[in-house]
Amino acid sequence: MKLTLSEKIFRSHLKDEPFPGTKVLDIDVVMCHEITTPVAINDLLARGMDRVFNPDKIKVVIDHVTPAKDTKTALQGKIVRDWARRHQIKDFFDIGRNGVCHAIFPEKGFIRPGYTVIMGDSHTCTHGAFGAFAAGVGTTDLEVGILKGVCAFREPKTIRVNINGTVPAGVYAKDIILRIIKELTVKGATDCVIEFHGDVVKKMSMESRMTLCNMAIEAGGTSGVCMPDKVTVNYLWPFISTEYADKKAALADFKKWWSDKGCSYVKVIDIDVTALEPQVTFGYKPDEVKNVSELAGTPVDQVYIGSCTNGRLEDLKVAAGYLKGKTIAPSVRGIVSPATPKVFSDADRLGLIKIFMDAGFCVTNPTCGACLGMSNGVIAPGEVCASTTNRNFNGRMGKGGMVHLMSPAVAAVTAITGVITDPRTYGKGGAA
Amino acid sequence: MKKFGGRVLFLDRSDINTDEIIPAKYLTEISKEALKPHMLEDLKLEGFDPNSSEVRDARVIISRGNFGCGSSREHAPWVFEVNEINVVIASGFARIFRQNMFNCGMLAIELSESDINSLFEHKGADASIAIDFSGSRLTVSSTKGSRTFEYQISEFDKALVEAMGWVGFADAKY
Repeated sequence: MKLTLSEKIFRSHLKDEPFPGTKVLDIDVVMCHEITTPVAINDLLARGMDRVFNPDKIKVVIDHVTPAKDTKTALQGKIVRDWARRHQIKDFFDIGRNGVCHAIFPEKGFIRPGYTVIMGDSHTCTHGAFGAFAAGVGTTDLEVGILKGVCAFREPKTIRVNINGTVPAGVYAKDIILRIIKELTVKGATDCVIEFHGDVVKKMSMESRMTLCNMAIEAGGTSGVCMPDKVTVNYLWPFISTEYADKKAALADFKKWWSDKGCSYVKVIDIDVTALEPQVTFGYKPDEVKNVSELAGTPVDQVYIGSCTNGRLEDLKVAAGYLKGKTIAPSVRGIVSPATPKVFSDADRLGLIKIFMDAGFCVTNPTCGACLGMSNGVIAPGEVCASTTNRNFNGRMGKGGMVHLMSPAVAAVTAITGVITDPRTYGKGGAA
Repeated sequence: MKKFGGRVLFLDRSDINTDEIIPAKYLTEISKEALKPHMLEDLKLEGFDPNSSEVRDARVIISRGNFGCGSSREHAPWVFEVNEINVVIASGFARIFRQNMFNCGMLAIELSESDINSLFEHKGADASIAIDFSGSRLTVSSTKGSRTFEYQISEFDKALVEAMGWVGFADAKY
């Protein structure tokens, strides 16, 4: 039988099928943050079941509001911190060592091809970039994951997206995924895994693949997935070098997860990016996407560069490339939030932090804060934020505010001009 | 089992997301009860008032496609639960929201668009819903009359409702 990558993972991890169509899987990595985990911990305590299935398979970070901004967020941190210590969870990342969950956990090598991964966070789909089945779940699923190391799913169908052509200058993974979401709509991938294939994906870095997979949920997708290849091996090599004789052996092993030729897809989409423009959202849904040229000139009050979508070193490099030697418009507040301490220190070593600061950006510690309007960059009613994040929902970054999603390149040039700007024409005498 | 049925709140829009159901700024709460006053606070819907008696008295929500999309926050079902709304009926659900509802022993009932259209004919007519859980049927009654619809939920989802959620079910079995 010809199988997709996720069907192979479902077969290899199947623990039980209590009812037809309901698959209970063994979970390899249960990831936790301080927003959705405390209620699970308190419920386990109340039930007299304060146990963890395996402390080595649980990864914990405080990332959404850090440093704590008030007593409530301090308490959320404390509940998670005390719990991690109580159960000797060694992979616990607290302030000073913490970063955005979907950036820091891959960076630590926790995700491998063929793994099952859950977290009480919808952007868990990011980790499919490694060829894993990674799905966001609610607090109850997380609680059972912590306690038993299992999670129940309906087996998802798979949508295949072939991305081919030549990526134009000024166009990035973010533009490609926004274009795909526009085509699929916000519900087009519900109960589906989205597999990303094609020459463009093969040439993408792991960072770009994570950007691609990160937004699968914005089309309703259970996970985004890339086939694990040489790029995956190279990224993971520091963590797996003792497990394989050489990179060739690792690649051969990873390939067993690849979707079989002739496997079954519910839908196939072909995208040629050769003529793709940078993409920007309008409105309040991530499938409301236009070419940047259609929104050019729209004034913004704040530019935010960061998040699990676009807060990695590659993203900061792109933005800094445009910002070098420039200052941002006086009408704009610029905020950049490197997604992890490593991203921060690498950016510092490469001189990127200085570029951002000289341009007039506020550089924050790694945190999710502003993306969901919890801290570090909430906007006021009526304000507009140009943002490299993943959701433009009504009120997302602050009640009554408007969010335009875009790549770090569009965000950077928008910060300089104060209005939404096409990075391809900026500085070349073209219209803003 | 939880109590299912009662007065209906019609939300005539698709793609209602969990940020609209419960904004992220309230995710700093660690008790479900504290969420109670903030249900649907940021809902983008013409003429909608989250503080109206229609919202306060509701026990069932009827809406359109892709209900509960976006964030995985279980705070969305919880804010319904503490407001005594244990049933959402829609023409489609986002995966995580649907699972969260059943994981809490609540009902997320998917009906066809034409059935949802028929239900919406009772909007503004003092509508209520009665649920026959064992018979997988629901009946709408309003000043415009009453009508019964059959619905389907999976065996697993039924078991979760009967077990009052996934923790009890999983602890007994795994």
